[in-house]
Amino acid sequence: MGTRRYVFKKVGQALLTLVAVTIFNFFLFRVWSPGDPVSFLTRGQGAQLSLAERQDIIRNYGLDKSTWGQFSDFAGDTLRGDLGLSSFYQGEPVLDVFLRFLWPTLLLVGVATIVSTVFGIWMGIRSGWNRGGAFDRFSMGSSLLLYSMPEFWLGMLLLLLFSSTLGWFPVSGRISLDSSSLGTFGYIADMAHHLFLPALTLSLAYLGEYYLVMRSSLIDVLGEEYITTARAKGVKERMVLRRHAVRNALLPTVTLVALSLGYVLGGAITVEVVFGYQGLGLLTYTAIQASDYWLLQGIFLFSTAAIILANLASDLLYAYLDPRVREA
Amino acid sequence: MQTPPLHTDVETPLTGDPLPPASLEPGSPRKIAWTRRRAAALRFWHAFRKDKLGMLGLTILVLFVAVAIFALFADETGTERINAEGPIGAPPSLDYPMGTDESGRSVLTLVIHGTPVSLLVGLSATVITMVIGTLVGIVAGYRGRATDVVLMRVTDWGLAIPWLVLAVVLASIFGTSLFVIVLVIGVTTWPSTARLVRAQALSVRERNYVERARALGASNWHIISRHILPNVMPIVMANAVLIVAIAILSESALSFLGLGDPTRVTWGQILEQASSGQAATAGWWWWLAFPGACISAVVLAFTLIGFALDEIINPKLRKR
Repeated sequence: MGTRRYVFKKVGQALLTLVAVTIFNFFLFRVWSPGDPVSFLTRGQGAQLSLAERQDIIRNYGLDKSTWGQFSDFAGDTLRGDLGLSSFYQGEPVLDVFLRFLWPTLLLVGVATIVSTVFGIWMGIRSGWNRGGAFDRFSMGSSLLLYSMPEFWLGMLLLLLFSSTLGWFPVSGRISLDSSSLGTFGYIADMAHHLFLPALTLSLAYLGEYYLVMRSSLIDVLGEEYITTARAKGVKERMVLRRHAVRNALLPTVTLVALSLGYVLGGAITVEVVFGYQGLGLLTYTAIQASDYWLLQGIFLFSTAAIILANLASDLLYAYLDPRVREA
Repeated sequence: MQTPPLHTDVETPLTGDPLPPASLEPGSPRKIAWTRRRAAALRFWHAFRKDKLGMLGLTILVLFVAVAIFALFADETGTERINAEGPIGAPPSLDYPMGTDESGRSVLTLVIHGTPVSLLVGLSATVITMVIGTLVGIVAGYRGRATDVVLMRVTDWGLAIPWLVLAVVLASIFGTSLFVIVLVIGVTTWPSTARLVRAQALSVRERNYVERARALGASNWHIISRHILPNVMPIVMANAVLIVAIAILSESALSFLGLGDPTRVTWGQILEQASSGQAATAGWWWWLAFPGACISAVVLAFTLIGFALDEIINPKLRKR
């Protein structure tokens, strides 16, 4: 299969998945969800409405149309970026609310992903290269422990220790209330100050996974014949590790980064709640608490779309790094 | 649950242990199969016992199961806010070894009563995951072609969805009962199992004895139930143990977000109350430290057991 055909196939698959998600989203929120759709749209206030008000809502939302008619409305609106109005945020469009809360989470997840991959890969290489050594045993033990903790619990412990007891970091929020008087540098410092603990929590929570994959992938590669060949040729050990082993062992980690984004996003929900960090996670929590289904639906659609795109990017990157994938 | 028949097609012992005597005397096929199964279970136990971390996991788990059984018979008076009689927010003492919460309940009592629920949620969600995952994986791997393509697309899609977001959406639409929680976790975690089972089913399908069985006129059902399933089961079992760990973590996350069953005490629910009760800012470390430590310990136990099983079952790992 040529490179172009591979790219087309992957992009096509991603588009198909997006369509499937949209259909699923429609059925989940409009067809399968139990209860009366009017009360669903009005956050459980359906019983208090007069008959005329009910009929108004039914007409306005197109609920009198057939399922197919409702779906084509829904699909058209979604394509135009019209995801309905958030009930919690006083009728603000869901898209606007979403975008407002997006970048703090991108910052948090981005920092956590970079920190956990860099340290995870470094630890995995060191561990796999000296298997059974002191460092290997220590990192193996601590990553298993970290893996077993709920990330929000880890966050609560850090909060207890560093904010409540030692007072080093703010207890809650994304930025101080008086941030407008801080100036550019102060503003960034204040943001970093608030970001530190949530980012540390997420980084620690995901460190273990990258570490374990890198370690086992390196161990796998070290058993390959070309490593033996390189050593037989008299290539220095450092070079064997850097040139031959690490390069090939990195491949599975690349895919994992994309796949893990889904989990990081999920983990961000609980961690943001613990630290009162105003991002998508806290927004999701608000949507649950307030039964703001339009908002929840929008968040679900967006986060799924983001992961599909991340997967597409990793597929293409993988094919670029390992030409064998394109042939398969 | 029956011990999975391990390596029914491989006659070499798993470790250096001498093989328990094979049944030389003639017997009914059922009896032979039974003896072989028992020998396999015994070999398996010998291998498992050598894995120190696996044994550590098993010990922790047995401890918690004992607590869970105790909790099922103990009376539940201490878990209701109304009947709480302890001091409010007291640190651990002899009377209250894990301290008390904001309404004066003993955290130890809560943790004990949370044990069976947390374990049962983990186990039942895993059963659902296993049934769906194994079914999809076997059908995809065995039928191949279009069926495989369609099922694997669905699986990939399931893998790509941010599971907690989906679980949150499902739980907030369908309500917060224990049953829904179990269903939601099961429905969101099956895809990785399906992928694993499919890969194994694909390799079993190509083996000689399956070819032979087919040539002899065996039905699909016979081949799947007698040849594919027994060979897939060990991997499914090792995977199941790891899924229990994930399911328990998932339950705690959902409860923490307020989507747990409000009528049951679970570890996640205690943490949710500790969080909304400002335990971290008030410095009431005991209220969140102990339930969280229980979750971590049980998850660690299942993970260690899962890794040990994987190492015994997966010959590729054993070489390392």
